[in-house]
Amino acid sequence: MTSAISVSGLVKTFGPTRALDDLNLDVRTGEVHGFLGPNGSGKSTTIRILLGLLRADSGTARLLGGDPWKDTASLHRRLAYVPGDVNLWPNLTGGEVIDLLGRLRGGLNSQRREQLLERFELDPRKKGRTYSKGNRQKVALVAALSSDVELLILDEPTSGLDPLMEAVFQDCINDERQRGRTVLLSSHILAEVEALCDRVSIIRNGHIVETGTLSDLRHLTRTSISAELAGPPNGLTSMAGVHDLAAEGNRVRFEVDSDKLDPVLKQLVSTGVRTLTSQPPTLEELFLRHYEDAK
Amino acid sequence: MIGTAFIGTWHLIRLALRRDRILLPVWVLFLVGVTYSTTTALEELYGTAESRALLGVTANANSAFLAMLGPLHDWSSLGGLVVWRWGVFAGLFIAIMALLVVTRHTRAEEEAGRTELISATVVGRHAPLAAAVIVAGGTSLLIGVLQAVVLIGKGLDASGSFAFGLSTASVGLVFTGVSAFTAQLSENSRVSNAIAGGFLGVTYLFRAAGDAAGESGPQWLTWFSPIGWTEHVRAFGDNRFWVLGISLAAFAVLTGVSAYVVTRRDVGLGMLATRLGPAEGRIGTPFGLAWRLQKGSLIGWSLALFVVGVIYGSVAQAVGQMVQDNPALGQIVQQIGGADAMVDAFFATITQLLGLISSIYLVQAVLRLRSEETAFRAEPLLATPVSRWGWVASHAAFALVGGAIVLAAAGLGLGLVHGLRTGDLGTVLPQMLGAALAQLPAAWVIAGVALALFGLFPQLTGVSWAVVSVSLVITLLGPALQLDQWVLDVAPFTHVPKYPDITAGPLLWLTGVAVVLLAAGFAGFRRRDLTT
Repeated sequence: MTSAISVSGLVKTFGPTRALDDLNLDVRTGEVHGFLGPNGSGKSTTIRILLGLLRADSGTARLLGGDPWKDTASLHRRLAYVPGDVNLWPNLTGGEVIDLLGRLRGGLNSQRREQLLERFELDPRKKGRTYSKGNRQKVALVAALSSDVELLILDEPTSGLDPLMEAVFQDCINDERQRGRTVLLSSHILAEVEALCDRVSIIRNGHIVETGTLSDLRHLTRTSISAELAGPPNGLTSMAGVHDLAAEGNRVRFEVDSDKLDPVLKQLVSTGVRTLTSQPPTLEELFLRHYEDAK
Repeated sequence: MIGTAFIGTWHLIRLALRRDRILLPVWVLFLVGVTYSTTTALEELYGTAESRALLGVTANANSAFLAMLGPLHDWSSLGGLVVWRWGVFAGLFIAIMALLVVTRHTRAEEEAGRTELISATVVGRHAPLAAAVIVAGGTSLLIGVLQAVVLIGKGLDASGSFAFGLSTASVGLVFTGVSAFTAQLSENSRVSNAIAGGFLGVTYLFRAAGDAAGESGPQWLTWFSPIGWTEHVRAFGDNRFWVLGISLAAFAVLTGVSAYVVTRRDVGLGMLATRLGPAEGRIGTPFGLAWRLQKGSLIGWSLALFVVGVIYGSVAQAVGQMVQDNPALGQIVQQIGGADAMVDAFFATITQLLGLISSIYLVQAVLRLRSEETAFRAEPLLATPVSRWGWVASHAAFALVGGAIVLAAAGLGLGLVHGLRTGDLGTVLPQMLGAALAQLPAAWVIAGVALALFGLFPQLTGVSWAVVSVSLVITLLGPALQLDQWVLDVAPFTHVPKYPDITAGPLLWLTGVAVVLLAAGFAGFRRRDLTT
């Protein structure tokens, strides 16, 4: 399997701030890759380096087999980008901006343009300054999605969309996956990531701390267990992988690393189990744990 | 209602002063500093009553001086000379300061959506405009008073000093009002500045046209110009303080009307309604986009400079007329080289002035790059196959080629009218076109500095305006103040050969300097990070 994006050891500093610190990122061709991290963790900086808008201090970045700083024009013919903050020219209409960006990329599919305008319920005749945040994002999305490109780089593209439009967006990205395109999706909306992404990378303080499929990541998390036992619990405290243990008489509550579930359950059974509830890890918990560690 | 409508004004004034903590002191120091150095220089040059009297006769016989600076009414004291040499331009500069400050804190804030954020707090409906008016008007008055203090410090008559200081400040007040009003018209701060700036240009022109031919010209025109009013104050002469009442009345009416409009319109919107546009676009290249963004400015500037050319072209004939009307001048005119030489000198000055004005157009065309970048509108473009070179070139073309068009329009206006009046269009028109276009290489150098700053030191791009101002002041005031040659040499327009003796040499090396600066700007931008 080839990589559409492969980044290793990337460093970028802005004065005293180290925005990216030895960042590694691998996005495989044809996958939808989620890019997650707290505010200011370096997502947009990474994306801008991939677009050749910023120059890395050190490390290597390869994009569609080329160097993003040197081969800018030829690479940009093969990708489309939706920025996190979409700013339009105040006196150009949405339709004019869509057509401009499409033409600059080497043409757009006018049939798909019409479909997308309809699906996103966007009036292309309005001037840039009169659009709301969500509508400005729709302009950029329609421009990107109606281009025939291999790679879509989307930086929090749905932060201003309503739930209805969020659903339309997810449909569109699934269509793109069918077409075999690669998508790098930076997002804060976990349901969106869960619904769309094949693999996920989590960035924190300019460094990738976790990468893999969602089930890989789940595996790394803890399951919470609450049980009433036949007798007083013993031996649990010393067991590897048990956290936040609270015991009250025969009742216990604790969290256990998912890969240590088996020995811990055996220990419980050896005491005798009356009731047992186990809660699988939610994505929120997974991300919150990574986000909070940043502090 | 009135009680609460101004709530929060004081906080907004402090916010504006905080945001402009560098900009405003620079303006104040710059203008008061020029007042000081002008006074010092004139004191040294014209210390005796005889030298001042001679200057008085020659200055009032020279149409170029009359058009640019106005008549020298009173040469009995140093004060009268300061008023003549610096009064019109001091008023002009204070007006520019005032109109930029008002727009910056009203329409530009509204356009950026920050007024919305502010208005949702405990801030009265009139507070944002009131704060901007107080800051701009207050700074105008401060500059006026400090100028008076400088002159008094130089030993000049106190009431004359205040008449001068307040007359220049009054132009600032009027344009505080003008800009408060234009800020209500359009949703776009650029348009608001353009309308106010255009009006300032018109008032200068009215005064220039009224003054240029002395007694034989339409002097009544100067009464229709806020800049003309400053002349009618006659500081150090009659000290007609009552004339300032006209400016105050204009200020009061303009701010009053603007405040009324504020109560009638929605935050973020203008009085000029927006309409739906085309659903499909035809723009498909970076140059096409630049044309769309810059054509309004290019057409507006070309028309404006064409009109300026027409006005000065029609005044030129009166220059000869003036000599016939006033036999006493005849001798002086003969010394200078006859009436023809006077007309030539007039055109030399006017084309230089046109060149200086055109450099403002060139710089703002270049700075469009920076505003597109900082508004994050360059980012999506540069994420397409558009190269950095191509994007910079698309806007730079409007400075380089657009500058030629603007200057040609000015030369066309001058040449057409003067040519038709003298009945020798075939000779005059190409001469005037040539004289105007000869300014282009110097203007390119200024644009080159702006582009080099943009490419190499993007945070300092705004310094380009300081470069324009310094070049204006050195070129306009330097020779009369007998500044050292090396100071004069810093300004590119110093090196442009004077009409009618235009030679190619200096134009070629000025072009060379411009090319080097432009290349540095291009290379710098290709290598640097985009501002994000």
